[in-house]
Amino acid sequence: MDKLPRWADVVLVPLICLIIAFAFCGILIAAIGQSPLQAIWIMIDGSFGTTNGLGYTLYYATNFIFTGLAVSIAFQASLFNIGGEGQATLGGLGVALSCLLIPWPHWSLALLGSLAAGAAFGAAWGFLPAWLQAKRGSHIVITTMMFNFIAYALMNYVLVNLLRPMGSMDPASARFDKAYNLPKLGDILGLVGIPFSNRNPANISFVIAIALAVGVWALIWHTRLGYALRAFGKQEKAALYAGIDPVKITIYALLLSGGISGLMAVNAVQGAAHRLVLNSVEGAGFIGIAVALMGRNHPFGIVIASILFGFLYQGGSQLAMGTTIPREVIIVLQALVILFTGALPYMVQKPLEHLFAKRGGAK
Amino acid sequence: MTLMKRLLGASAVLALSAVAALADPAIIYDVGGKNDKSFNEAAFNGAQRWAAETGGTFKELEMQNEAQREQALRQLAEAGANPIVMTGFAFGDVLNAVAPDYPDTKFAIIDNPVDQPNVQSVVFTEEQGSYLAGIMAGMATKSGVVGFVGGMDIPLIRRFGCGYAQGVVAVKADATIIANMTGTDGSAWNNPVRGAEIAKSQISQKADVIYAAAGNTGVGVLQAAADGGVLSIGVDKNQNYLHPGQVLTSMVKRVDNAVYEAFKSGADLKPGVFVMDLAAGGVDVAMDDNNAALVSPEMKAAVEDAAAKIKSGELKVHDYTSDNTCPAGQF
Repeated sequence: MDKLPRWADVVLVPLICLIIAFAFCGILIAAIGQSPLQAIWIMIDGSFGTTNGLGYTLYYATNFIFTGLAVSIAFQASLFNIGGEGQATLGGLGVALSCLLIPWPHWSLALLGSLAAGAAFGAAWGFLPAWLQAKRGSHIVITTMMFNFIAYALMNYVLVNLLRPMGSMDPASARFDKAYNLPKLGDILGLVGIPFSNRNPANISFVIAIALAVGVWALIWHTRLGYALRAFGKQEKAALYAGIDPVKITIYALLLSGGISGLMAVNAVQGAAHRLVLNSVEGAGFIGIAVALMGRNHPFGIVIASILFGFLYQGGSQLAMGTTIPREVIIVLQALVILFTGALPYMVQKPLEHLFAKRGGAK
Repeated sequence: MTLMKRLLGASAVLALSAVAALADPAIIYDVGGKNDKSFNEAAFNGAQRWAAETGGTFKELEMQNEAQREQALRQLAEAGANPIVMTGFAFGDVLNAVAPDYPDTKFAIIDNPVDQPNVQSVVFTEEQGSYLAGIMAGMATKSGVVGFVGGMDIPLIRRFGCGYAQGVVAVKADATIIANMTGTDGSAWNNPVRGAEIAKSQISQKADVIYAAAGNTGVGVLQAAADGGVLSIGVDKNQNYLHPGQVLTSMVKRVDNAVYEAFKSGADLKPGVFVMDLAAGGVDVAMDDNNAALVSPEMKAAVEDAAAKIKSGELKVHDYTSDNTCPAGQF
């Protein structure tokens, strides 16, 4: 018995990682002469204490659910897509073009248009690296990362030269028609009588993200394509022998992954900013990697991990306002949590396995 | 589900208690960062001056990226900060959307006129101050080539460059002006390495006075100019002290005064657009011990003469943003 019970793997490992991470954060905050307990309290109160703060937490979590699912779906096929940032950036362009160029009669249709455009643009940005990997063997980690930079440069060009309204100095598109604003989470919860603040960007995309998580779960474990993805990820040669085309499956995986990344823009661009700005992704593409790792590539785990990272983002911005902790230190704090929860679970896993093995032996 | 209910219950209580928060003023710095030795730091100094004089406290926030502006504004407004001052044109669009949601909160924005009943906009006539800096550059240059390094390529920064160019050609009609911009997005304000590269390239093209209007990026320009043995001109804050004897002057823009005045008037902040020009002391060129050796009496007389003429209206410096053209060169 050298394996952990499932509950320990899913709950205990992330929890211990989190505690270690917070311990290090506490030391860091104490080292710069601030109170760690007060800082933690500001973060928790700021992100869960009010429905407004909770709204921001869920808004960020929504972004991370999309990008986390995107990373996980490619990961099922053993493809490490770190291009979520660029794919979501392009998704933003798709959403903005759909909202700016097409006169939608109603927000719901605009939403459908944005979903389609965001997914299409994101998938298109994932296609080329996938093709290069499948046909030419160019490593997907390198190509998807390089495509992030290309996406950023492209966005810069498009915003400054094409989408910037006349007379504006800001590299951002014009505001979308107010009629396309998505229903806020507050409005939706208000319908069923739950009071929830409306002054935060949380919107219907959160519901879409949850539905998508269920969809991804069904796709991965209950469809033929999901089986092919997993088989290809576990053992490429066996999959090939079983008649799974590696070129097709690589491209499908990245199209799905890029498309889901692109959907993030529905939340960030149409749902929150109502216009396209530079850096509309705010690093969510990279957070998605940590989210997928921490969520063990399972949609349910990804939703939970996303809410944790939403808390980190929102708590971090509260920390910036409520204390004199400089922004650089806040970034270090966020990075510490990512490091421990995303990258170092094995550090915790091994000793835990020993512990459980001993207890099992003693019985 | 019960957890959800508990959270919601607790939040209702907290929402009520948050209203009673003290009305401290707040300031939001743009992506260049509070310690950019230039624009944002000038704003910080104004806030500090207010705090030192009144013993009050203020909230401050540094923007981490372009996308978080709206959240920052809303959170400060929710927290009861009043007035809220933001440094930088880039807040304009967001402020236009946020201000109506908080009618009891006063906002002040620097560099971008925003037309809302609870917003004060402070704009500066950078072309006038830059014109004076241009006069000094035109008289100081030996090679007849002067440089200009802008931050982000926006009409506002071209206004700096155009005023400067007009000043240069006013005293040296055959001077060559090399103008470069650092970039097209917000990171152009915070890229000293790129600033130094541009300055070096201008020095290799024989420029011997370089004017940086680029926030924190300018720190790299001034450093490269000092290393390359040529003169530089600082911006926004008096930057003469950065390299004593090597910075010809600084085009100071009294962002600090704007912030100080806004904080001082508190909740009584007057809405509307306020133009801080040379006559109002909004812009000027810095003269102090650090650049005294560089400024000849003739130079000083020429600057004072031009300043007097601008103040009296006899001399009009063309404002690039009025028609997006510059009479003194291509920008």
